[in-house]
Amino acid sequence: MKILVCIKQVPDMESKFKVNSEGNWYNDTDLAWRMNEYDEYAVEQAVQLKEQAGDADLTVLSIGPDRVKEMMKKALAMGCDRGAHIADDDFFKKDPYEIASVIAEYAKDKEFDLIFTGMQSQDRGSGQVGVLVAEMLGLPSITTIVDFAFDGGQITAKRELEGGIKAIVKTTAPALVTCQLGLNTPRYPTLPNIMKAKRKELLSVPISELLKVEGKQETAKLYFPEKKGGGLVLEGDVGDLTDQLIKILKDKTAVLA
Amino acid sequence: MKTLLVAEYRDGELLNSTYELVAFAQDIGAESAMFLVGSESALPQYDGTLYLADTGKYSEFNPAVHKQLLLDVIAKEQPDMVVFAHSSYGWDLAPRISLALNVAHVSEVVEIKDGVPVAPVCNAKLRRDVKAKTAQMVITLQGGAFGLEDEPSGSPTVVQIDTDATAQVEFCGYEEAEAGGVDLSKADIIVSAGRGIGKPENLAIIEALAKALGGEYGASRPVVDSDWVDHSRQVGTTGQTVSPKLYVACGISGAIQHLAGMKKSEFIVAINTDKDAPIGEVADVLIVADLKEFVPAMTEKINNL
Repeated sequence: MKILVCIKQVPDMESKFKVNSEGNWYNDTDLAWRMNEYDEYAVEQAVQLKEQAGDADLTVLSIGPDRVKEMMKKALAMGCDRGAHIADDDFFKKDPYEIASVIAEYAKDKEFDLIFTGMQSQDRGSGQVGVLVAEMLGLPSITTIVDFAFDGGQITAKRELEGGIKAIVKTTAPALVTCQLGLNTPRYPTLPNIMKAKRKELLSVPISELLKVEGKQETAKLYFPEKKGGGLVLEGDVGDLTDQLIKILKDKTAVLA
Repeated sequence: MKTLLVAEYRDGELLNSTYELVAFAQDIGAESAMFLVGSESALPQYDGTLYLADTGKYSEFNPAVHKQLLLDVIAKEQPDMVVFAHSSYGWDLAPRISLALNVAHVSEVVEIKDGVPVAPVCNAKLRRDVKAKTAQMVITLQGGAFGLEDEPSGSPTVVQIDTDATAQVEFCGYEEAEAGGVDLSKADIIVSAGRGIGKPENLAIIEALAKALGGEYGASRPVVDSDWVDHSRQVGTTGQTVSPKLYVACGISGAIQHLAGMKKSEFIVAINTDKDAPIGEVADVLIVADLKEFVPAMTEKINNL
């Protein structure tokens, strides 16, 4: 069995963002980088499937500058067998269609039985790449899964819908699934596995070898939204803050009456 | 400008998000037609052409088949914009359509500014204007970004549609949300815990504040996903939608999905170390403090009133 999991490196969402000098993305300096949260669930599910299958080979793929290899090493330490790094310093200018076409180009001759992606990235949040890859490869895809079972080529997944309802959906491999938060409990890599991961294959290829299409859209401008809330912001000593809040709750609400 | 609105239907009912699409078309002053895989028994209140396929034949979830039904209508209508809700139905179907049409596709649009779609970035901390390079465009709309001012009205001109496309997946039915637990929608006061509580042991201080205020405690998604709190207490799109008299958000940054579930609360207090957190956009009061210090202090003061 051959499995592919596609992951993205994103900044910690608690970061202080700054707009870059071109005004079309955030500045990538002074940020803490991590694996896109949705992708952690994708890696975990892919590793669990590999363990279930026994005889399986699991590739982790990521597109981006050299720094994404650090995150890929975490995926290797979680249990992926090999890494395919598609090197691109201008990755943030690519639209979902271009990113998906690069992944599809990489995957097209490799006969993966299962492809896992996150349902969206935390920074851009388009939620398109997984479905686009599947459509480009002519595979069935199931999005937003919170439960996954594989039995002899048959996939049974639960999609999470609004209001906590789930839809039960079946399909057959080869297929692609996009992973929602809460699908599983992503493992922490153990020290021996981190050491082992250092010896695993992690090959870089330039994106020019795989990118054969042009994007259909671009970010014309990135900016901070105007503050509309206009709520009161209180800072200072905790004791003072509690007194202030109690006064506000007494004045504006009936909850302390 | 001509739009094709992709309405949503689940478990035998038309979904209200359908009217957000209608509001969007009105908002940008566009003509519209509507597409629905649904049934004659639950038609939208809408004046216009409704292309209707029957869920009895085509199922409520069947991407490859719904795709073909929709592509046939697009070929006939030639809309400038195909508009979906950014929902479990919309974000699943929309990329299949944009790829087949070979056109730009902008997700989770919050507004159209001078003809340019605007979308959130990094948990709504940032926004971007997206320039499409194709004349035709597919977009999905953020839930709650557009809404009708009046009750929906009208009756559609129904055009029945069919296809012989084959399915790639089999939809086997729904699993309802777990029964039991707490009905937060009935609570007057809710104190919610977010990722900022750091570890499950700190949940006790959230519960204590909720108790001091005579309310219930809730949680945001990451806390529920970590199994620190039961799913029945989750506030947000995939949990409960609440509108209490007082909502206290502790260590909740304010993901869009969470805001959608609580922004109609009468009074909102947020406690967060990050004063730029998106929760500040909906909060009446934002306390910039470490919740582990502030919440117990607040509980003590209230208990001593």
